Amino acid sequence: MMSSGTVQCDAPTPIHLLGKVLVNFIVLMGDVAIFTVRMLRWLLRGWPQGNVLWPVFYQIGVQSVPVILVTGGFIGMVLAVQAYEQFALMHMENQLGTVVNVTLLKELGPVLAAVMLAGRVGSAMAAQLGTMRVTEQIDALTALGANPVSYLVVPRFLACVMLIPLLTLVADGVGVLSGWWFSSQVLGINSFYYWKYSRSFVSSYDLWSGIVKSLFFGAAISILACHRGFHSRAGAEGVGQAATEAFVFSFIAILAIDFLLGFLMMELFQILLPKPGLGG
Amino acid sequence: MQQASGDILELRGVSRRFGSQAIVRDVNLTVEAGKTLVIIGESGCGKSVTLKLLMNLIRPSSGQVNWWGRPVASLTEEQQVQQRLRFGYLFQMAALFDSLTIYENVAFSLRQDRTRNQREIDDIVHARLREVGLDSRVVGGKKPAELSGGMRKRVGLARALAMDPEVMLYDEPTTGLDPIMSDVINELILNTQQRSQMTSIVVTHDMHTVRKVANRVVMFYPLARLGPDEPQIIFDGTAEEAFETCDSRVSQFVRGEAGDRLLELAAA
Repeated sequence: MMSSGTVQCDAPTPIHLLGKVLVNFIVLMGDVAIFTVRMLRWLLRGWPQGNVLWPVFYQIGVQSVPVILVTGGFIGMVLAVQAYEQFALMHMENQLGTVVNVTLLKELGPVLAAVMLAGRVGSAMAAQLGTMRVTEQIDALTALGANPVSYLVVPRFLACVMLIPLLTLVADGVGVLSGWWFSSQVLGINSFYYWKYSRSFVSSYDLWSGIVKSLFFGAAISILACHRGFHSRAGAEGVGQAATEAFVFSFIAILAIDFLLGFLMMELFQILLPKPGLGG
Repeated sequence: MQQASGDILELRGVSRRFGSQAIVRDVNLTVEAGKTLVIIGESGCGKSVTLKLLMNLIRPSSGQVNWWGRPVASLTEEQQVQQRLRFGYLFQMAALFDSLTIYENVAFSLRQDRTRNQREIDDIVHARLREVGLDSRVVGGKKPAELSGGMRKRVGLARALAMDPEVMLYDEPTTGLDPIMSDVINELILNTQQRSQMTSIVVTHDMHTVRKVANRVVMFYPLARLGPDEPQIIFDGTAEEAFETCDSRVSQFVRGEAGDRLLELAAA
């Protein structure tokens, strides 16, 4: 529709919608960045009191152990099942431990443990803080002389950053054992060769790269979950949406961090331990 | 504009928007020391937002909030935390921390302050709960979910009073309570005010509360029903004046008369 030389748009075009999504994403990123800086400022001012910190550590650490045991256990067995057929075709069954353990320590252990914790811990944190927001408990904290970021976010950040790597180690350990058990007891692979090839190809670098990733996963899960909880809309629907967004955003962040750190660590590995013949 | 010597809180040209919707527009309000100011008005007219603006729990979109003559915006975050300990705030639904016990709720600000030992904290918590008619030995170990609405409100009041605040803010203190419990809360507000000459600001719909506790009444009006240049505070006077005014908007509210509002709602 033309009028006085200008184009009037009654309905938003796909370009409008794309622009809106992009602007909303940039605003969200900026908001999360400011939230993170505020949290880090309070973290630098002082360690939270024990009576605030220990219950959060218990909720995030101890109560996540069963989920992590189950996750780790199945990852190891699934990897063995999936890789066995391919290795059997090449008559390399005895080297199954290599692929199971490298994949587990470097990639699937940290990522799947973080995804499970984003579901269990991240959603619970967002729902808890969202409920506190809509029932004015966060305002009450401010009114009673506490800073909500210092009181609620800093302990959760510390718990996630310190405990998610430990939980990842547990998942790795259980996964390594379950992968070996399934390979040796069900698939009939000789344990001696299973461990021999694992020792030859799995380095401590694989383990540490997984743990470093899990540090960043923990930070991302805690910050995104707390941010969504703090910005929850009113009502059961608002709190539910905050919990869902906490998981979805954390999941996307885990994949993005995994890719970026994986790439950086590969470059770092090439610099620290260059392999002859690679890259000219 | 010269500030009166007894004014301890002030909103100067304060507006607050949520998204595109203005809730509070260009409000000027001063709160006098030692008096009880009651804010009345229809639901959604910005009373509770004004209370939160006074305590800087939400920041104004424009305008200035002053505490004891000093702009709040000029205070650092730590200074604001310290200054807030001079306030007590009773939230509409009490806003007790549901993961903490009643004892821990009342002791919360005392522990945050870190200037008292455990024995002093114990004494204050027991005394404050006793003042609101609760026995700390009976309710102290319970969680908020185990108490009735009236008991939660009284615990909220005990928690707000724990630090001996200079200013008490009450957000709809009698909403959702039976008439007897409402009067208990009104008596507690009155006793607190009379005992320590505390400054109180009460947001309420309850005209019984207005008659009982108010030294001064201001009435807010919803912006949707006002012209662009009309002030949002349409009444400022005593409780008696509120009941006798010839302004139909005020008299309709204080008498609780629907008038032609049902027709308006149907037309909307």
